[in-house]
Parts: sequence; C-alpha cells; structure tokens
Amino acid sequence: MIAYIVRRLFSTIVVMAVVAFVVFSLLYLTPGDPAAIIAGDIATDEDIRRIHARLGLDDPFLVQFGRWVWSLAHGDLGTSIFTNLPVTQLIGQRVEPTLSLTLCTLVVAILVAVPLGVVAAAKAGSWLDRGVMSFSVLGFSVPVFVFAYILILTFSVQLDWLPVQGYRSFRDGVWEWLRHLILPSVALGTVYVALITRMTRASMLDVLAQDYIRTAEAKGLAPKQVLIGHALKNAAIPVVTIIGVGVALLISGAIVTETVFALPGIGRLTVDAILRRDYPIIQGVILIFSAIYVLVNLAVDLSYVLFDPRIRLT
Amino acid sequence: MNPCSALLRSMTAVIGAAALVAALSAPVATAQGQKVLKFIPQADLRILDPITTTAYITRNHGYMIYDTLFATDAKFQVQPQMVDKYELSKDQLTYTFTLRDGLKFHDGAPVRSADCIASIERWAKRDALGQKMAESTEAWTAVNDKTFTLKLKKPFPLTLEALAKPSSNVPFIMPERIAKTDASTNITDPIGSGPFKFVKAEWVPGSKVVYVKNTDYVPRKEPPSWAAGGKVVKVDRVEWIYIPDSATAAAALNAGEVDWWEQMPPDLIPVLAKNKEVKVENIDPLGSMGVLRFNFMYPPFNNQKMRQAVLYALDQNDYVLGIAGSLKNGHACYSFFTCGTPLSSEVGAAPLKGKRDFDKAKELIKEAGYKGEKIVIIDATDQPIVHSQSLLTAETLRKLGLNVDLQAGDWGTLITRRSSKEPIEKGGWSIFHTWLVGPDVTSPALNFAVRGSGQKAWFGWPDDPKIEELRDAWFAATDPASSKKAAEAVQLRAFDFVPYVPTAQFILPTAYRTNLSGVIIAPITLMWNVEKK
Amino acid sequence: MSSATLAPPPIAGKSRSMSPTWKRFRDAFRRHPTALIGGAILVAMVVIALAAPWVGTVDPLAVFPSKRLHPPSAESWLGTDMLGRDVYSRVVYGARVSLIVGLAVAALSTLLGLAIGLVTGYVRRLDAVVMRIMDGLMSIPSVLLAIALMALTKASIGNVIVAITLAEMPRVVRLVRSLVLSLREQPYVEAAIAAGTTLPRILVRHILPNIVAPLLVQGTYVCGSAMITEAILSFIGAGTPPNIPSWGNIMAEGRSLVQIAGYLIIFPGICLSLTVLAVNLLGDGMRDALDPRLARRM
Repeated sequence: MIAYIVRRLFSTIVVMAVVAFVVFSLLYLTPGDPAAIIAGDIATDEDIRRIHARLGLDDPFLVQFGRWVWSLAHGDLGTSIFTNLPVTQLIGQRVEPTLSLTLCTLVVAILVAVPLGVVAAAKAGSWLDRGVMSFSVLGFSVPVFVFAYILILTFSVQLDWLPVQGYRSFRDGVWEWLRHLILPSVALGTVYVALITRMTRASMLDVLAQDYIRTAEAKGLAPKQVLIGHALKNAAIPVVTIIGVGVALLISGAIVTETVFALPGIGRLTVDAILRRDYPIIQGVILIFSAIYVLVNLAVDLSYVLFDPRIRLT
Repeated sequence: MNPCSALLRSMTAVIGAAALVAALSAPVATAQGQKVLKFIPQADLRILDPITTTAYITRNHGYMIYDTLFATDAKFQVQPQMVDKYELSKDQLTYTFTLRDGLKFHDGAPVRSADCIASIERWAKRDALGQKMAESTEAWTAVNDKTFTLKLKKPFPLTLEALAKPSSNVPFIMPERIAKTDASTNITDPIGSGPFKFVKAEWVPGSKVVYVKNTDYVPRKEPPSWAAGGKVVKVDRVEWIYIPDSATAAAALNAGEVDWWEQMPPDLIPVLAKNKEVKVENIDPLGSMGVLRFNFMYPPFNNQKMRQAVLYALDQNDYVLGIAGSLKNGHACYSFFTCGTPLSSEVGAAPLKGKRDFDKAKELIKEAGYKGEKIVIIDATDQPIVHSQSLLTAETLRKLGLNVDLQAGDWGTLITRRSSKEPIEKGGWSIFHTWLVGPDVTSPALNFAVRGSGQKAWFGWPDDPKIEELRDAWFAATDPASSKKAAEAVQLRAFDFVPYVPTAQFILPTAYRTNLSGVIIAPITLMWNVEKK
Repeated sequence: MSSATLAPPPIAGKSRSMSPTWKRFRDAFRRHPTALIGGAILVAMVVIALAAPWVGTVDPLAVFPSKRLHPPSAESWLGTDMLGRDVYSRVVYGARVSLIVGLAVAALSTLLGLAIGLVTGYVRRLDAVVMRIMDGLMSIPSVLLAIALMALTKASIGNVIVAITLAEMPRVVRLVRSLVLSLREQPYVEAAIAAGTTLPRILVRHILPNIVAPLLVQGTYVCGSAMITEAILSFIGAGTPPNIPSWGNIMAEGRSLVQIAGYLIIFPGICLSLTVLAVNLLGDGMRDALDPRLARRM
C-alpha cells in the first residue's frame, strides 16, 4: 500500500512538471507581442524595445523558464502585464463565482443524474430506460451556450423569473446568490447530468449482474433495499472516479457559461487573458486548473486505498 | 468505510472549502441609501494611464478622476476649467496662467503649478498636437504655487486648443511625482483632482470598476457644456460593470440591473424600444469615422493607382449599413475631416462619392500593373465595427478580381500585427480597419491618419512630403477663411494620394433608464451632472 | 411439393452472406433503432455537405447590406444575417466545416492514439514517459488547451483540426494502452509469443482486431466532441476564420442579436446538435452491438 501511495505521489509531481513546462513553452512560442499592446496605438519601435527589456522578454527561453519556476516556488504567480496587479490577487478575486458555479452545477447534476441512472438501470431495456438514455445523449449534444441562450430567452426575457446575468456573493443574501446561479448551473449541468447518468447506469448494470446481488434477492430482501443498500454502494466507485474527469469538463464549460451569463469568474479571466496575451495570467490559471485536476484525481486514487481492499495488497 | 459516505464526506469538504474562500474574499461595501449609478462601459478598463494609451476607455476613466486646465465646450470654444485667469503677452510669446482656489488632489495635497507643468510636459511627449506645441515651446516656469508661465519660441496659436483637447490624448493634470514617470511606462497610481475618486480596492479587472464622489471637489459655477463648465456630481457612487456580451447587456438594462449602457449596437434598439423605462438617444453629435488603412511599404498598395482603385469601388452606403445597421445611425461622409465640423467639405471626393465605377477601378488596377500579389486583411472578430468593415472590404476587393486573404484574430492581435513592418510572407499585412472618434479627426492638426510622415507616421507609414507641406501650411493659416482653404488643400491631396479611405460616419447610440436625468450631450462620456431618482 | 420452393442448402464450411461479426452487428442494429436513426442523420448531413453548391441557393459569402437582418421568408428560407448574407446557404456550407473538423479530428486522433498507445503498451520504458506527458496534457482542460494552441497560430481550419486533435488524443492513447495491456495477458497471445511469432504479426493478428471495435466507438465520441469544441472555439473567437461559414461562426456572429434575430443561433444550433446527437447515437449503437462489456469502459 505504501508503495502505491508513493508511486502515485511521485507521478503527480512528474505530471505537474510536465504541465508547467507545456504551459510555459506554449506561451513562449506565441507570436503575439504584449509589449506592442501595452505600448499603445501611437508607439514607436523604441518604446516597444524598452518595454521588452523591462519585462525581460528578450532573455533566452531557459532563463525565463527558470525565473518563472523560481517565483512559482515562492507562491508568486507573477504580475499581470496590463493591470500590474499580482496574478494571485486577480485569481483570488474571481475564485468565488467559479467555485459557486461549479458547486451548484455538481449538486444539481448529482441530485438529478444519480436517481435517473439508478432507475434506468433498474428498469433496463424498458421505454423508461430508453427515454433516459436518449435524454442523456441529448445533453451531450447540445452545446452549452446554445442551451444557455434558450434558457435566458425563456426564463429571463419572456417569463422574467430569473435574472439575466451577473453574480451576487452569498454574503449579500443566500437567496440572491442562488437566484443568479440557477440558470448557469442548469445550462452547464446538462452535460454533467448526461455523463453521470450514463456512468451510474452502466456501473449499476454491472453490479446488478453480480452474484452477490442475486444472493441478496434470494435472501428475500426487498428490491429497493437491494438496489440502494448493496448495488448503489458498490456502483459508487466508478461514479466517484467520473467526478475527477468531470472537473476538467466543468472548467471548460465554465468558460462559456461565464461569458454568456457575465459571471466574473476564472473562466472569463482566462479567455480575456488569452485574447490579449496577458502571459502571467494565462500561465497562472492553466497551472491552477491542472493542479486542481491532478490533485482531485490523486485524492480519488488515494481514496481507493480506503475502500477497495484489493489495492491495499499491492 | 462505504463509498456512499466517502462521497458525502468529500462533498462536505468541498462545500466547506468554498465557504472559507468566500469568507476570505474581499468584502463589498454597500451602504444603505447610497445613490449608485451602474454603467456598462464600451470596453474593459485595463490600462490606467491616459497618456501612454489613446484607448477611449482609459480616456473616459481619466475624465472621472482627473481635471484639465482648459476644456472645449459644445460650441468648439475653449473655456478655462482649472485655470482662473490667463493672459497672453503682446508679442504672443508668453502665456500666464493662474489656477482657481481650492483645487486639491484626492490625497489632500493642493494642486500646484509644478504638478501642472510636469503633467503637460509628459503629455506633450506622447500626443501629436502636444509634440507640435513642444517644438515651439521654450520653457514652462512656475512663478509661484498658483501661477505659471509658458514661454514660446514662436507664436503657437493652437496653444489653448491643445490644452483643451477633448479626446485622446487629453492633457489631464496629475501630481508631480506621478507625472514625472517616464512617458512610455504606465502609471499605476490613480490619484487626480477630478470630481470622482477611484476605489482601487474594489477594482476587478475585466468585470468591475468603482468610483465614489469626491466631496472635496470645487466645481465651477457655469452650467456644464461638453467637458467645460461646472462638474457637479449628483450620485454617491459609480460602478462600471463590463458585460462583453451585447445580448446580455441589453437584457440587463431592460431588467434594471444596470442604469446606463455607453454604446449599444444600433441593431439592438428594437429590443430596448419596447421598454418604456429605457431611453435610447444619440448624445454624441460628432459620431465616429470608419477607417480603411493601407500598408504603404509593400505591394500592392504601395502603388497609388491601386489605392485610388479602391476609392472607385468602395461603397460607403454598404459600410454605413454594415456598421450602423440603418441610415438612422449613420451616413456617408466623403471627407477626411468629421462631417458636421467647420473644416469638413467634399472637395476632391468625386471618386469616392460618385456612382460606383468598377470598370474605372479595374482600369486603374491594370495601369498599376497588379500581378496577383496577395492582399492580407487583418481582422478583429471581437470588434463588430472592425469585423463588418473587414468582411465588406474583402468582398469588394474580391469583386475586383484581387487576391484577398482575410486573416482573423482579435483586437489584441490586430494591434500587435499592425505594428509589424515585415513583408506579407513574414506575417505582415496589407489592410486593416479601425475607427476614430469625431473629435480626433476634425482638423489636420488632430487627424494623425492623414499625415505622410513616412516611418514616423501612424501604422501604414505613408510617405508624402507634399501632404506634410500642406499640413504645415494649415498651421500657418491664422483666420478661419484661410484655415478652411488650407484644410481643403490637404483633403484634395489626400483624395489623390489616399493615405486611408474614410468608410462611413456613424453614431453609436447610448441607452439609459428613464430614472436618470442630466446625461450630457457630448462626443465623450461624462458622468457628472447625472442624477438618479 | 416441388423442391423449387426449398431454399438451397447452406454450403458447408462457408457462410453464404456475411461474417459472424457483421451479422452480430446487423442484428444489434435492428435492436437499437436509435443507432440507425443516428447513422441516417449523419449520412444525410454528409450528403448535404458534399452537395452544398447545389443544395445552397446563394453564394454564402456574398454580402447585401441593404437586405440585412431579414427574417425567414420565401426569398431567403432561413433569413439573412447582419451583412445580408443568406443564412440557409451559410448553414448548408457550414455543414462542411463541422463535418470536416469532426471527422478529421476523429480520424487523426484515432490514428495517432493507436500508434502511440500501441508503442506505450509494448515498450515499458517509453510507457512511463509518454503516459506522464499524456496525463499532463489531459489535466489541462481541453477547451483551454485548444484556445491556447489556436492563439499560437493564425486561424485556419487546419490549425483548428490540429489543436483539437492534440486535446482529444490523450484519451484515445489511454484507451488503446489499457486495451493493449490487458490483451497482452491473454492466453492466446502468450501462446503466440511462446510459439515464436514476430511482434508485427502478433500486433496485426491478435491485438489489432480486438482494438478496432472499441477504437471505432471512441472515434465517434471524439467526432461529436470535436464538433462542439470547434463551435465553442468559434464562439470565443479563436476558431475557424470568419469568412468561412461554420456553424460555430454563424452563431458567434449572431449572438449579440439573439433577441431580434434568434434564427441566427437557433438554426445552426439545431443542425449542430442534431449532427452531434447522430454521431453519439451511432457510437452508442456500435458500442452495444460490438461488445456490451464496453459499456462499462466508456
């Protein structure tokens, strides 16, 4: 078991190093020149050269990379080229909306998808099952922003039930916070619901075919007890795995959702930064997203140690 | 431990973490009973220095927190703003300025002559008109803290116009220590003496900018007129909420989540028109001019006949519709100076104005000896005004049988690429589009795009000594009649040499809720005098 | 009574019509009508895309500013956009871009993933290195990676294909690798190695045939995902060049006008959703037909 943990930790570090290198190289190769953008409309070549020198953009690749890694080790993600604010502060300001959106989406998705998947598996092959599966495939197929616009047009513009855009911190009132997150969560959650429903159904089907389920039924347990008490417990393992994979999906979807609903989150920060070549922000954000993904997967893997006894033996 | 509870446990942990993060996030102060004006700006405020950049969003920010010595009013007259008295010596070589009483910076320090001088000198290093003035300047001297002089080498009749310049770059007055910053380094300290104070702690770049009323500001007594007159602030707090998606912005205004939308795409007027609580107005009397700029360094547009061919083929009416949506918000303007201003005329405009003549255009192309060279149009898809123009130009050139390559990017890429002096194969460009606000294009002094100063000119680098000569002649003209004649001469030459093609004049309407009053009619967005019920 | 009514006896040893795999395939399809529907829609889209010059009515690039923003009518079936371009023709031509991107990314990522996965499945030392790189790539959210890659180069369909392929490929590599690893343990493979069969022969005869099915299924999912990613890239402004009509582009240009010209988003949106749905249904059907156990892995 210790060997397993150590191996996982080591590979996590290696993966992060790869990500760091990829992220940094990506931006080093970018043809856009932030110096020209900073210098403004009526800039001279000399102005641009001076800005290059000030930002250290002329140093060789490895020197710039080394400098960057060194400051990373000190928790310094650099300073935004345009606003001169530290990247950590910019990200910190925008964590709350993204985190709120992610949480609400996860809650909505799990609350809807798990029961749907269980029911579909229990009645496998029936029209209900077909219906649920078709619905979940639909969720995969409609792009998030199309669905988002449909929701806005229906619920905000026509019916005026929910706000169009914006974010309210829940220190301003939990109900306001929730109201502004309902439409974005539903829009973003659809894909997630589709994914989790399929996974739950598939893994439930697997488990239901197992011998111990037949034993439980033979023992005379009510179907519901069999379903929830035995099947779901064991089916949950792959579902927990999918949460790790789903985090990446969520972050991608968050970018689009935040743009449409004007939520001041990290997704929008990243797109804006990429489009205007604000290197330090791009690097910082991609690094953090990857770190979250890697760490979540690490947590999931390590949790296997806790509830899959077979791993303990390796 | 069973997986179900593992799941529940992890969810609890995540929720707990979120609560922690939220608790640690910066608090938002909203006192009860405060009048808050919520405004959707035209762009995202990124750079806080209105001297190093000409970006209009930064200029608007400048008008919030800074003040100017002089200002231009609605009648194009120069009015004193921070200055109390001024006089010009008999020999026209010495100006003496005396500041008003009670002018203070946001940190409490009084505004002194030294601050003004340092600010003007920094501005003069960047601004085209300021540079011209600097050529004639001998020295700025502080007589005492409230009085200072400008000594000229030779008379410069545009001195006051320069100090009253309404649009980029505006000679805002900053504290001396900040104004001493190098002219190509962005300042970061937003301390000014203007009617609003910038709340840096609440600034979320890309999302929100916050200003509060400067209760120590002493406004002039006159009524406001453009940037001149009394700047009386009638709200407590102003929030600029950047919403990049226009559909979302329109919906937000409709729902009352914001009060004022600076520039709305004219196409969305029907969406807001249905709402009785929203008013759509054209408060900008001068509008903006679309620009099609050539690259003069490489074929094919280093050839004058090729550029003239475009004049015969381009239909301004198409561009008006493409940019402004209808003839209610735009019209053709066959002039290199903003239509509706004194120096504008249609002298020499026949090729652009008359019936479209594709045959003549094709003839010119043949005379130019066009050999099928690739024409690269750099486009910015995130700027609708630039984007529509690029698409229209691409189509027009294609109809002429030219080899067009429309390369998309975003505004940031366009700004970077247009500064490249490389040939096409190395990432260069042939054409880009942009627009200039009316006040920036009213005269040969302000219109930097019509100049022919070669490598020192604006992107495109046209080289025409003749147009420079005519421009200098305009500066020498002293009375309105000869000034107009000199401007016409410049324009005549411009339609021959074609430093760029004016594509249309358009006005982007502003929209605000009816509980706002006092919105100033001006070509720049000004937020004093606005009241919210 | 006459023997003419009797069917000819099956020829011993040889299947008269098709191989067992394809027969299973066909039967499974009959049991999964949704997959058939998906396949039919996909084929219809491909046909429309190929026949675009005939199916479309007007040059999709031609601008008529005076006819801008006309709602659907007899003259322009799906309306005109903000520059007067015919939406119907643009949507028809748009099918080309989405399908090309989807199919190309699916094909490229499958081939690349197959190649890399086979190698890592077999060469232990490379495995560790390559899988860490794949994990690294996978940990960067795919849309972000694609946007960042597009920001490196100029917009073109080719670059969009490459960017999305790079973002989708690691998953295929993972799949191939895990399949190869488990197949290697199979008794018949070990027997073949013991018998002295060369590596290429083992790959071709034993490994590949068993990988093809799941790979194909994964390929369809990649196709659908790629089409959506292209739309998102165009929506943000980092996708196909604006003068080439793609469903994502049409929606991106029309997004600010959704309240007065909703058809600019609805029609391309429906087409895109329908096509991605078709591809996904096809994938599901194939997966169930070929090997129900795959349902667990995918």
